[in-house]
Order: sequence, then structure tokens, then C-alpha cells
Amino acid sequence: MSVPSETFKSLVKAAAEQVIASAPELTSLDQAIGDGDHGTNMKRGCEAVLGMLDAISAQPLDEAFKMIGKTLVMTVGGASGPLYGSFFLAAGEALSHDKHLPEDLADVFGSAVNAVSARGRSQVGEKTMLDVLVPVLETLKTAAGQPDLIARVRSTAIEAVERTAPMQATKGRASFLGARSVGHVDPGARSSCVLVQAVCAGLEARA
Amino acid sequence: MTDTVGIVIVSHSSDIAKGTADMVRQMVGSEVKVAFCGGNPDGGLGTSVPLIIDAINAAWSPKGVAVLVDLGGAETNSEMAVEMLEPARRDLVVVCNAPIVEGAVMAATEAAGGSTLAQVKAVAEELSAD
Repeated sequence: MSVPSETFKSLVKAAAEQVIASAPELTSLDQAIGDGDHGTNMKRGCEAVLGMLDAISAQPLDEAFKMIGKTLVMTVGGASGPLYGSFFLAAGEALSHDKHLPEDLADVFGSAVNAVSARGRSQVGEKTMLDVLVPVLETLKTAAGQPDLIARVRSTAIEAVERTAPMQATKGRASFLGARSVGHVDPGARSSCVLVQAVCAGLEARA
Repeated sequence: MTDTVGIVIVSHSSDIAKGTADMVRQMVGSEVKVAFCGGNPDGGLGTSVPLIIDAINAAWSPKGVAVLVDLGGAETNSEMAVEMLEPARRDLVVVCNAPIVEGAVMAATEAAGGSTLAQVKAVAEELSAD
């Protein structure tokens, strides 16, 4: 099996456009507990990816993922650049080493999540994007092959992002706020949820 | 001139980066190569991996380069920039866990004496010991 490049292109486009559309929300979440640049940073990175979309989707899948990662690293301008960049670079690396989509999705996603964890020296429960990505990974593993996999991934992501509100941040700028970070949804968790939702919606529309 | 460890200053603000570099130059002179960058790819507050890579290459020395950063994203982006250097240079660049202004001055002072990269990093990081 493989993923047709048209499918890949449409999913990347949908995900990038959705993040761009969510930029004001991401910025306002980040103003509450961070430095207020998450929306504009992600928007800049996603616009750069859209600008290179033809070149990206002309590549083999592994190289396409790496190109997305590198583009985000070079253009985002905040910590989310290396974090999301490492996610896509690691996914591409996994695909270069005998992993294939869609059948190895959980493995590839797992490699990508591990790269985020290593880059941020962070674990689940610290009010970060990992608090969405790790539950999504669990669902990808446990519901693999199930007919309702996409729906379960969507609901996992939505529930997971809400669970970051009561958490106290110990990583990143939000950690300076200590207990004052409690009560706000984490902007990185929210942007991860937006990406996951956009890919799910795109897959459902093509199903 | 014998080689000395190069110093790179990475701030979210280009004004802070430049001001820190000015202080280093005034206090240490020109025997240590100092490069700096600040601001995101659009010129707003933030940091930029390509600019950090350029700064590291500008301050390059065979003895290595010590990078001083201000806040979270500067550190993450600097670590990413180091990994994207050509392989022969990667192991000769360290990101110091130190306050940016004091760390840069201390690191440059130590570097000016001909110290190794490990010694320069250690002196800068003594500032964060307590």
C-alpha cells in the first residue's frame, strides 16, 4: 500500500490552512500563558509549507515529510518550529527506514512523538503538545484497523486538549507562571489538535 | 593570532543581541570572534534557525563556538541549528545554560585566554550554579 501524492497534498494543504485559520485563537491562548506568538509563528510556518506544496508533494513520501519538517524549522521562529519540525523530520526518517503509510501509521507517529519529547525534553502531563500527541498515539495503537479509527482519533484529540486546562505547566514560558498557568488550555496542545482534526476531516472527506 | 573559542549571542530581540555583543566587544576586545542574531524570520521578536546557523558560521573557530541564549525558544532553535550544521562542526558547538549578558561576557573573557570550549562553557554555566 501507499499514500497517493494527491491525497498527501490535499491533507497537507488542509492541515496548513486549518492552522492558519486558527492563528488568532492560538495567539490568544498563548497570550494567556506564553509569549503570545504561537499563532503568528505557526501561521508563518504553514504559509511557507503551502508555498512549497508543489515541490513537497513531488517528493517521495519520506522526503516530503522531511521537507515539511525542515521548512517549519527554518520559518516558524519560535520553539514550536523545532518541535513540529522534529515531528515531521522523524516521521520522514521512519519512512526512510522500512516503514510505510498507511499500514505503519502508529509506528511512524510514535517515532515522530518521541522526537518531540526528546527535542523539548518533555513528557506527557507537562501541559504541552505531547498531551495531545501521546493520547492520539495510544488511540492509533489500540484502535488500529477499527472502522471507527478516524472518529476515535478525533475525539481523543478534542478530549486531550481540554485536559490540559487544569494542568500546571512545567515546560516552556508557561512554566514561569506556575500555578497561574492552571485553567488555560495549552496553545501547543491546541495546535496539535487542530492538525490532527484537519487530517481526520480530510481523510473522512476522501473516504 | 592563536585560535580562540567563538561566541554567538541569540536573543528574541535583535536589540538585546546587538547590545550584548557590544558589551562583550568593549570588555574583551576583538581577539574573540563574536556574532549575534535576534528576531524571528519576519523581523519581529523571536529567533530564527537560519540566522542562528549564519551566526555560528560567522563566529566559527577551530576551537569551537559557545552559544548564549535568552529564553526557551532561543535555546530550542539554537539546539536545532547546531544539529543542522555540517557534521564536522556539530560536535564543536555548545549551547550554554547561562544568563545571556553575564554568560556572554564571562564566556568571551575565558575564551580570550585561549581556553577550550569545555572550559568556556563551564565558566559561563557557573553563573547558573546557584
